[in-house]
Amino acid sequence: MRHTDRAISTAVSAETIERELEEGLDRPPDAVARYALGLGDDALILAQRLGEWIAHAPELEEDVALGNIGLDLLGHARSFLTYAGSAWGLGEDDLAYFRDEHEFRNHQLFERPNGDFAHTIARQLFASVYFDALYRRLTSSADPTLAAIAAKALKEVEYHVDHSVQWVRRLGLGTDVSHVRMQAGLDAMWPFVDELFRPDPSAAGLEGVAVPPEELRDPFDRTVPAVIAEAGLRVPDIPAARGGGRDGMHTEAFGHLLAEMQVLVRQHPGATW
Amino acid sequence: MSASAERQRPDGQQRAEQQAAEQHETWPLWEVFIRSSRGLSHVHAGSLHAPDAVMAVRNARDLYTRRGEGVSVWVVPSSAITASDVDARDAFFESAEGKEFRHATYYTASEGVPHL
Repeated sequence: MRHTDRAISTAVSAETIERELEEGLDRPPDAVARYALGLGDDALILAQRLGEWIAHAPELEEDVALGNIGLDLLGHARSFLTYAGSAWGLGEDDLAYFRDEHEFRNHQLFERPNGDFAHTIARQLFASVYFDALYRRLTSSADPTLAAIAAKALKEVEYHVDHSVQWVRRLGLGTDVSHVRMQAGLDAMWPFVDELFRPDPSAAGLEGVAVPPEELRDPFDRTVPAVIAEAGLRVPDIPAARGGGRDGMHTEAFGHLLAEMQVLVRQHPGATW
Repeated sequence: MSASAERQRPDGQQRAEQQAAEQHETWPLWEVFIRSSRGLSHVHAGSLHAPDAVMAVRNARDLYTRRGEGVSVWVVPSSAITASDVDARDAFFESAEGKEFRHATYYTASEGVPHL
């Protein structure tokens, strides 16, 4: 079976990709796999962060909302990692659980600690608008599997944008305390926005397949500042952080996240439940 | 006074609860109605807390439509619902008892009526 046999955008998942690979779907070339790895890591690490909110959100309903968004992202991550790993004879679990810090390619924004609810919402706004712009473009990738994963993810990410926008508005225009906290959240996450739009070595040389990150800055700038202004908040004027996530450089908080994500499978290899 | 009768006539306690909700001490309660893709009407699915109507629709989507249950969601403030008194149900619904003639099955079709 070739890529083109698949009905693109209909509920593509890690399982369907795995099955089609077994049935003869083309494995990605190394360069495409490395690009997919970065996209998978972005979604995986943010999913792990959102999972930390379970049982800790301000209300039960918000617990479920953040958990849902995290699970959507985990689904995207599994698809990207399954596809990427097939180039190297590795499964999604090999990539998620048996790599160390410097081998992860996620942007640093996604590993930033949750902070308070407003910090998480600020990070989610930036992340969701970025994913929305990225997947919108990736749906026309020359690689049909990447295009299919993006089409599935896009429908879910559109809702994630809405969720963040609603909360930025409510916290920004809510009480004095919520306003101050929302601004503090935006300020804390802002330095990590710039990295999302820097040239990505794993996207270079994949014209038509990968989306050049530089081209995503424009849709981001057309959306995010307006959302911030409508909420009575100000767009932070804070220098960008050093970045380097795509090269395996991460912030101090990342080691703790990985330890928690990987401890079970490393202590009990092969465990299932 | 029964709980349901209390709902019909807001008293001091209910007003205090509304004020507390308005001050964001607790989120108000909403009733959720879902219409399935093949359903003709919205059916009560449950209730949830949300700060306002817009967020209530989103929370309802997350809580009650994760498995493709619905194509349309309504939310209604629980405080907007006037309920009958559960404790007075015997008297309230008694008059339907013993009146079988209110059901179509009570009647027999007369001979010679072709299309009944």
